[in-house]
Amino acid sequence: MAGESMRDVMIEARRPPNAHRGVLKWLQRNLFNGPINSVVSVVTIGVLLWALWPFVQWALIQADWLGDSRQACSGEGACWVFISARFESIIYGFYPEAARWRVDIVFALMAGLLAWLAIPRIPGKRWAAVIAVVGFPIAAYFLLLGGHFGLMHVSTRNWGGLMLTLTVATIGIVGSLPIGIILALGRRSNMPLVRAVSVVFIEFWRGVPLITVLFMASVMLPLFVPTEVEFDKLLRALVGIMLFWSAYMAEVIRGGLQAIPSGQDEAGKALGLGYWHRMGLIVLPQALKLVIPGIVNTFIALFKDTSLVLIIGLFDLLAIIRAGLTDSDWLGFATEGYVFAALVFWVFCFSMSRYSQYIEKRLQTGHTN
Amino acid sequence: MSRSPSGDRVALWRNPAFRAYVLQGVLLAALAALIGFIVTNTMANLEARGISTGFGFLDERAGFSIPQTLIEYSGDSTYGRTFIVGLLNTLLVSALGIVVATIIGFAVGIARLSPNWLLARLAGAYVEIFRNIPLLVQILFWYFAVLQALPSPRQSLSLLEIVFINVRGLVIPDPQPLSGFAATPWALLVGIIAAITLGVYAKRRQARTGKALPIYWLGAGLIIGTPLLVFLLTGAPLEWSIPELTGFNFSGGVRVLPELVALWLALSIYTASFIAEIVRSGIQSVPEGQVEAANALSLPGGITLRKVVIPQAMRVIVPQLTSQYLNLIKNSSLATAIGYPDLVAVFSGTTLNQTGQAIEIVAMTMAVYLVISLLVSALMNVYNARTLLKER
Repeated sequence: MAGESMRDVMIEARRPPNAHRGVLKWLQRNLFNGPINSVVSVVTIGVLLWALWPFVQWALIQADWLGDSRQACSGEGACWVFISARFESIIYGFYPEAARWRVDIVFALMAGLLAWLAIPRIPGKRWAAVIAVVGFPIAAYFLLLGGHFGLMHVSTRNWGGLMLTLTVATIGIVGSLPIGIILALGRRSNMPLVRAVSVVFIEFWRGVPLITVLFMASVMLPLFVPTEVEFDKLLRALVGIMLFWSAYMAEVIRGGLQAIPSGQDEAGKALGLGYWHRMGLIVLPQALKLVIPGIVNTFIALFKDTSLVLIIGLFDLLAIIRAGLTDSDWLGFATEGYVFAALVFWVFCFSMSRYSQYIEKRLQTGHTN
Repeated sequence: MSRSPSGDRVALWRNPAFRAYVLQGVLLAALAALIGFIVTNTMANLEARGISTGFGFLDERAGFSIPQTLIEYSGDSTYGRTFIVGLLNTLLVSALGIVVATIIGFAVGIARLSPNWLLARLAGAYVEIFRNIPLLVQILFWYFAVLQALPSPRQSLSLLEIVFINVRGLVIPDPQPLSGFAATPWALLVGIIAAITLGVYAKRRQARTGKALPIYWLGAGLIIGTPLLVFLLTGAPLEWSIPELTGFNFSGGVRVLPELVALWLALSIYTASFIAEIVRSGIQSVPEGQVEAANALSLPGGITLRKVVIPQAMRVIVPQLTSQYLNLIKNSSLATAIGYPDLVAVFSGTTLNQTGQAIEIVAMTMAVYLVISLLVSALMNVYNARTLLKER
């Protein structure tokens, strides 16, 4: 039956002919497929070279890397010695040198927990979550603040640098998420008073700039409490940041709640589940999963906005670098300072956004088409 | 007393309606207690510090000067006037920022969808770089690292010897209206009204007869042509004061503060990275089939874009674009970090430090931003309701 016109063996896959692959073909297909595209490509390459080359030359090729004072700077390119000379204060702020190992432990704990939570292959996520939400804050509190177990007390006035930035961001994130969930549920509640309070709260904080919230926290909060109560400056800023961002978080979560068909809630009712069971076991897990990108975007925005605490006199990463620039030994290194600050913030924010995209793909359990 | 479906009596505390009342009662009581607590404490604290309450301070003499004012202002003006000056400066930088951010944002957003690999990647890099760096860092960068590194006035960089830029800011020609110029703005207004009327008429006519007028060209002609004609008929009553270097500084022209330039640049570049993503997602949200259908009807490319793609993309773009504009207005408050005299800097900053009226001043500042936000979102809701997809 099988005639000569049929083969018995598969032919090995062969590479496409030379004219259809290789660098040149790629260039032709992507950059020079037509006169307009060719012009666009040439202009773009020109602009890139014109703008990028001087920067690369300044930042890398002619830059000075080694040394410990400004004498090491040749003045031709960037002088990264400014950063390395002040590296310790950029990380720890004014935290006493003898106690910096405590900050290192907190950093290490944080990195370990993050890896545990973030990498899907490591098992025991439930434990990681419990430790991250309960154990870690307590440990970090005692380690950073001290005053117990024979540890020296370090006032929050001495906190600063990257350590302060991360503290503010972490507490802001951990605090605003649950408040945001409560507010989002409140906004969708059937009880008119609960709904009204939530709406007013959310719309108020979303309508004003964070900077006025920080001003309010720093000048008005002390007036709101009895005179005897000592209200830490960092704590005041944290209260402001949490109130502000919980409103944004609430709107993100509301979007997720609205996307869950009411049949889900009704099914819970039919099973005789109470409100908190329905929300906690059926609605919220689905809603939160839907809005993970939105939540991470809010985290990123929160992280970027921690830099605003410099305006009310806290010494976060940016403020420490700025303070270094006013040091008479290091006048005139503004570019290096701000480029470095930008790079640090960028690395954190960019990795968060990439991780969110990755997790979004992973959690995509529905059928896409 | 309510009954369960099976007819048994249900305990009162199991009745959802009753529980809702109790919960709301508790909430109300807690709120009242919180407000009472705050008010009593605040009163006691203010009394202890000897601060009087009320808005009387608005009529007092401010006694400090502001480097940029859009209206008449001197140290003898009142704090009330300071408030207006700051508000106008906030609105100025916001308006400038919105215009430039929109232009850059649309350009980058469209470039990201370009078939040219290089251009698309470059636009992508723009977005990823600028949206992941805090705005405050960018403002400080432009101000301290770039603008402070510019040459002194004597070595100014110039564009056609008309526009100069140096460490003290940007110097541009200043239009000086002569008598008779007042007719031109009115002519512009008339032109705009005529264009809108024509637009409405053209739309009705098209709905009735199916014939379209070249509305874009006619409208542009009315809006630009009318004032131009009036301007020329009244004898071109406008003189330009061109900046000139005399001694160590410039005479003539108008100087734009470096603080304004830095804030303007940073706000535009930062917001544009978000607008670019919105524009891209808006265009991508229009199903390919819509374009194919238009092609099948043999509509020309331009009309396909204008009548099929853009209206549908705008439905996705406009609401998000509005919230970016709002963000830009609110973010302009970072001006205080570099000393551009916006509302927060001159009012929540200097005025608060001088008068100590923390509550009134913070409340007024917040109220301004709240009113702007609420106004914009009200307008937005109107727009949204009008362009909503009509499903039948």
